[in-house]
Amino acid sequence: MISSTDTIVATTPGPFLSLNKIYKSYPGVAALSDFSMDVRPGEIIGLVGENGAGKSTLMKMLGGVVAPNRGEITIDGVSRHSLTVAESMSAGIAFVHQELNLFDNLDVAANVYIGREPQVGGFLHFVDEDKLHKMVEPVLRRVGANFQASSPVAKLSLAQRQLVEIAKALSTNARLVIFDEPTSSLPISESDKLLDVIMSLKADGISVIFVSHRLHEIEKVADRVIVLRDGALVGELEKGKVHHDKMVRMMIGRDLKVQPSLTVSQVGEVVFSAVGVQTEAYASKPVTLNLRSGEILGLAGLVGSGRTELARAMFGIDRIYGGHFEYKGERFVPTHSSQSIARGIFLVPEDRKASGLFIDMPIVENISLPNLMQYAVGFFIKRGSEIEVAEVQSHNLGIKAPNVTTIAGTLSGGNQQKVVLAKWLALAPSVMIFDEPTRGIDVGAKSEVYRLMRDLANEGVAVLMISSDMEEVIGVSDRIAVMHEGQISGILSRSEFNEENVLMLAVGKKIQKGEGP
Amino acid sequence: MTRKDLGLLILIIVVGAVVTLINPRFILPINIANTSNLVGMFGLSALGQAIIILTGGIELSVGSVIALVGVLFVDLVANQNVPWPIAVVMMLVLAVAIGLLHGLLITRFKLQPFIVTLCGLLIYRGIARFYTNDATAGFAFGQTFPTLEFLTAGRSYGIPNSFIALIIVAVIMWFVVHKSVFGRYLYAVGKNEEAARYSGIKTGYVIVAAYVICQVLTIVSAIYFAMYTRSISPASHGNFYELYAIAAAVLGGFSLKGGEGSIIGVLLGVVLLQELQNLVNLLGIPSSLNFAVMGGVIIIGVLVDQQWSRIRERSRTVEEAHASREKLSTAE
Repeated sequence: MISSTDTIVATTPGPFLSLNKIYKSYPGVAALSDFSMDVRPGEIIGLVGENGAGKSTLMKMLGGVVAPNRGEITIDGVSRHSLTVAESMSAGIAFVHQELNLFDNLDVAANVYIGREPQVGGFLHFVDEDKLHKMVEPVLRRVGANFQASSPVAKLSLAQRQLVEIAKALSTNARLVIFDEPTSSLPISESDKLLDVIMSLKADGISVIFVSHRLHEIEKVADRVIVLRDGALVGELEKGKVHHDKMVRMMIGRDLKVQPSLTVSQVGEVVFSAVGVQTEAYASKPVTLNLRSGEILGLAGLVGSGRTELARAMFGIDRIYGGHFEYKGERFVPTHSSQSIARGIFLVPEDRKASGLFIDMPIVENISLPNLMQYAVGFFIKRGSEIEVAEVQSHNLGIKAPNVTTIAGTLSGGNQQKVVLAKWLALAPSVMIFDEPTRGIDVGAKSEVYRLMRDLANEGVAVLMISSDMEEVIGVSDRIAVMHEGQISGILSRSEFNEENVLMLAVGKKIQKGEGP
Repeated sequence: MTRKDLGLLILIIVVGAVVTLINPRFILPINIANTSNLVGMFGLSALGQAIIILTGGIELSVGSVIALVGVLFVDLVANQNVPWPIAVVMMLVLAVAIGLLHGLLITRFKLQPFIVTLCGLLIYRGIARFYTNDATAGFAFGQTFPTLEFLTAGRSYGIPNSFIALIIVAVIMWFVVHKSVFGRYLYAVGKNEEAARYSGIKTGYVIVAAYVICQVLTIVSAIYFAMYTRSISPASHGNFYELYAIAAAVLGGFSLKGGEGSIIGVLLGVVLLQELQNLVNLLGIPSSLNFAVMGGVIIIGVLVDQQWSRIRERSRTVEEAHASREKLSTAE
């Protein structure tokens, strides 16, 4: 676990990297204005801000991908107007991106030194495999990896792959490692390990810029926090003054409370249950779970605990290997999504770009797709009816787009998620399953999604919300079920909601009060 | 008609104009009629292929099926004295069977379309050759089937019936692909099969249906080809026809990844390809260069199309930038 020892440096050495009055604009938009920042050796700087606040522009400038319109970048006392990628690399700036850039058909060593392989054999340019592995092993130990340099990347978990990326950064003798949303796809236990690694980098005198939406993690490790809003630096918090609420307020300019219960809806009958369901991922572990109308049931657990598999089985995408479901008392074993949809059981999937939406199709066609026959006369689609319904949905959900024929891929993450929702709301949901509903969505849009979920519950829909975001799970759910390695390890009632209980159940430990499904 | 289709149409007209200038024989009615006849026959099989490509698959066995159906049909009608309507129905049953076979291998057994249809290409031609013992199938001297011949190789008011058949089928396919529920499903499955499944679409059914439709259209074109050539050598009849169909689709804006393309596009693609064939003959280009010309034009066509859309994208972005800058400055 993290130990929060304060590192008090008697004399702080000067900054090796400075940004001075940086200004960057794109047509019509000032992405960064009047931005200045220093980076000293061994500092962990948290960088927070809503989507569109300017974080990625800043990172692109540090990486040499983009040049500022005005301002200076000073490295080791030498000022320049902009950086090239090569200059950024030789200055010791390295990135660990949110989307990992690894080749999963190669092994760890090959990935760490890709493009910089030690060679042997003169003009033949053979890779010196021996030397390569010898160079990589120590770096792996340093980041606390539990795998070898010869391990194929394809066999590594997401958290392990991230360590490979960090090793890659360290192998370039980085002085500054910039982490972009490193923990957003990690389970809680792995996030803590990562934060440990980051602290160890600091101990080695390496600076870190840590970009994240997970404000409590920033609270834990950052020496300083920089808050961006609409391209400007709106606040800088020193360690000790770094508080979650303060950060949120600065990020959005107003207080945002995920109200523990916007309203408590009337919880009704059990609408849908899993009875001893054995999914493909955990065929030996039966799951029993009840969903009640009017209730938001949070489903927490570590990544890989089987939640998404359960959701897919409920929705009829995956087959089950034992047990059955019950819908309104009737036994139900779906073999295709159309069967679940016919009963009003809908899924908003984890990866909206891959399975939730057609990003090349217009909004209207996305919305009408699950129920296309409704808009058809005979076999032919009436465009007019489609558009009518899409406009109504768009209005109700507040989808920000020029019109309903806009291509879905051009929308922001939050609006895309609304389109996914809209297609189900156009039908009549009785069970809504959300898998990581606010991933990749900024704070403002998140609260809209929560409100929509609460509205659904108020109308009697049974809502199941799978989430790895502790704040979200605790803030939005009426009850929390926790999964651990394919089984429900416990169910928490509101009075038992706290991070520790959820975490304990998620790792399979028992807590004081247990409850049945 | 999209801009891309319009561009293709203009290209066809321009090429035609240039060829006419060099060799006015091009616009002789008899030449136009011959070319339209070929367009009709190749077009029917291209429409089938287009449906498959729309779903992200491919049908490489089309040429071999044309050979197989050629020998079977001619044998049934000429030698076995089967009334030709019955023979047609029998061939359609064969079409459905082959379509189902391919579709099920692809959806149930999760084999790749390339592999399944490549094997089809080899197997069906083998069967065709075996059936006639490698001999050429044909009609005996003096054997005629007036109605059948009129429908397939005849002319109405000077227009080849094959071309009329193509137009009729194309109109139907246009409605199916662009206006019907099934058509929307085709696009969805082609663009993103997983998302289609998550939207409740029975993707398996859609794909199998596509392969069946393709084979039915292929068999129709096969009967036309058989009656046109009247003598079918199973080793070579229909060779490469699948490639012509694929080329026509690609020229017409279909992406081999699936999810893109239009019926008008593929028709124009067929017209352009036949125009090129014709051109090679009329301009005295050695016919050995036939394929080279076609291949060259296709690659240039796809390249130009790619660059064109990039240029258009960029100019649209510049326009947007100008517009928002103006908005900003007027707002200040």
